[in-house]
Amino acid sequence: MRQFLHQMWNTKGMARWILIVGVAITLVFVVFAVLAPWVAPYDFNQTKLDGVKLPKLAHPSGSYWMGTNDQFYDIYSRVVWGSRTALEVILLSVVFSGVVGLPLGLVSGFVGGWTDRILVFLMDAMYSFPSLLLAIVFSFLLRGPLGGGIVAASLSLTAIYIPQYYRVVRNTTVSAREATYVEAARALGAKPFTIMRKYLFGNVVQSVPVIGTLNAADALGTLAALGFLGLGIQPNEASEWGYDLSRALDDAQAGTWWPALFPGLAIILLITALTLVGEGLNETINPALRRRRLRPVVFPPRAAQPEETTR
Amino acid sequence: MMWVLLTIVFFLLRVAPGDPVSAAVGGKLNEQALDARRAALGLDRPMIVQYLEYLGNVVHLDFGKTISDNRPVLDIIKDQGGATLTLTLGAFVFALVIGLPLGRLAGRYRDTPLDAGIRIFGVVSYAAPIFWVGIMLVLLVVKVFPGWPTNDIGSVVTKFTVQPKTHVLLLDAMLSGNQDAVLDILKHHVLPCLTLGLLLSGVIIRLVRVNVIQAMKGDYVEAARARGIPEGRVIRKHAFRNALVPVITVIGLQIALTLSGAVLTERTFNWPGLGTELVQYVTARDYIAVQGLVTFFAIIVVIVSVLVDILNALVDPRVRY
Repeated sequence: MRQFLHQMWNTKGMARWILIVGVAITLVFVVFAVLAPWVAPYDFNQTKLDGVKLPKLAHPSGSYWMGTNDQFYDIYSRVVWGSRTALEVILLSVVFSGVVGLPLGLVSGFVGGWTDRILVFLMDAMYSFPSLLLAIVFSFLLRGPLGGGIVAASLSLTAIYIPQYYRVVRNTTVSAREATYVEAARALGAKPFTIMRKYLFGNVVQSVPVIGTLNAADALGTLAALGFLGLGIQPNEASEWGYDLSRALDDAQAGTWWPALFPGLAIILLITALTLVGEGLNETINPALRRRRLRPVVFPPRAAQPEETTR
Repeated sequence: MMWVLLTIVFFLLRVAPGDPVSAAVGGKLNEQALDARRAALGLDRPMIVQYLEYLGNVVHLDFGKTISDNRPVLDIIKDQGGATLTLTLGAFVFALVIGLPLGRLAGRYRDTPLDAGIRIFGVVSYAAPIFWVGIMLVLLVVKVFPGWPTNDIGSVVTKFTVQPKTHVLLLDAMLSGNQDAVLDILKHHVLPCLTLGLLLSGVIIRLVRVNVIQAMKGDYVEAARARGIPEGRVIRKHAFRNALVPVITVIGLQIALTLSGAVLTERTFNWPGLGTELVQYVTARDYIAVQGLVTFFAIIVVIVSVLVDILNALVDPRVRY
């Protein structure tokens, strides 16, 4: 981990700035998410203040910074609480798909044979399928047993990203399996499980952070899409930007801009930030792209040649 | 490949907990009627029999009847598929019209502010959720051109007067020779197609840019320059043409992205297409309808991928054996 941070610090040029900007914006969202109860003036499903309904579709103003929408919600509060939902879902789905995809790829690549072939076939088929449709099918299935909460939404997204981890990890494993150090380990009598855990895992796991952050950006987009279609997180469970945008549809036809603008901007900002982090990490970790920040070496001025040589 | 997708779709929807019939029409019928429905759908038979029957039916393009309103899924596809088809085709037109020139410009003027601007446009069109872009376009149009249609495929009058023949509203209007209807329908297409096209154009811009840069390094471009051909002509005739070949493949591979985008665009513009139907049936918890529509989408994905491979071989002699 320390080495990893060190590596990040040692990049230079574009990669460094991309990474810094991405991390900075993401951190702002994290702060908002953590401090939501204190930063947001209202609760995410609060429509009344002291028994009086909030105004419907109020213009953005001093008391409602981003206006209110057709359901009497304060949009600023919804956006703030929405960042909490977004980050929770992203974190859960990335962790879930990594936890499933990584071991699957590792075992499949190491064991080979029929298991490997069938898994590759399955995963490729899933990968070629439109990801949103896959998410729709899974949310359809999970709605019954799990309801419309954060966990159900994260699990629907998980299914989309497992094949990506699987592919990368499997391919790295297949090429690493033939390496000399694995052969040496086997010659020493290491069991297959030990080889996977001690020798292959460390080599394979390096590519995961990059896929993770890039998937996180994609997951946010898909979550919003599900919410927009009304198949994601239900409005009484948590505040979700995509759902808010679907509520803004009719208002947009009437020319009312604030219910649509702000949640959308939040989505774009967070997606861009996560993509920047992913691209930056990629250039940092991938040795082929990495440019290190080296301390410029200044040679001491060449000493005046002694006179003997001229003689 | 297709078989794998179909198998996944089938087992995903069957292994799931819960009973399809009571999920869709549970509250409305008594226990006996529910059992009768189950038997009619063959849901009381062993899984393997159902699976084989499903595969057999799909070969005959029979996707079953919906549980909630007892409508053959094939009819849904016939009636609503046309709207989705014209939407996606129009989107491809917009994507090419926007993407090709911009990609070419960015490739030619590499590392200039123009290039940077175009690349940022590409990134943003990818990061922005397509439905949000759609809403913003609606807001813009409502403010600037108040009379322009912002939802549905045609005005009420048009839909009422055009006789359905081919199930593609635009074709029907053309066949009936009704000028006003054609114009009205085309007007309704502009915003949704532009929205979906913007999403796809991001991919095309990036690809064309990289390919033009690659092609500019080629020997044949050098040779063309050495012959004294003006730079503009070199780009147009030598570099750009070669940069186009991979575009065909990649556009074809974007079919998955296009379908996802189409579902969202249809919801945004209240478009009477397959995506809208799918969302409605998902909300109604109708297993057979969802299974049928998703199966159809899977078939489309596979067919388009195969077509792209064939087309690619026809266009690019290097791929042929």
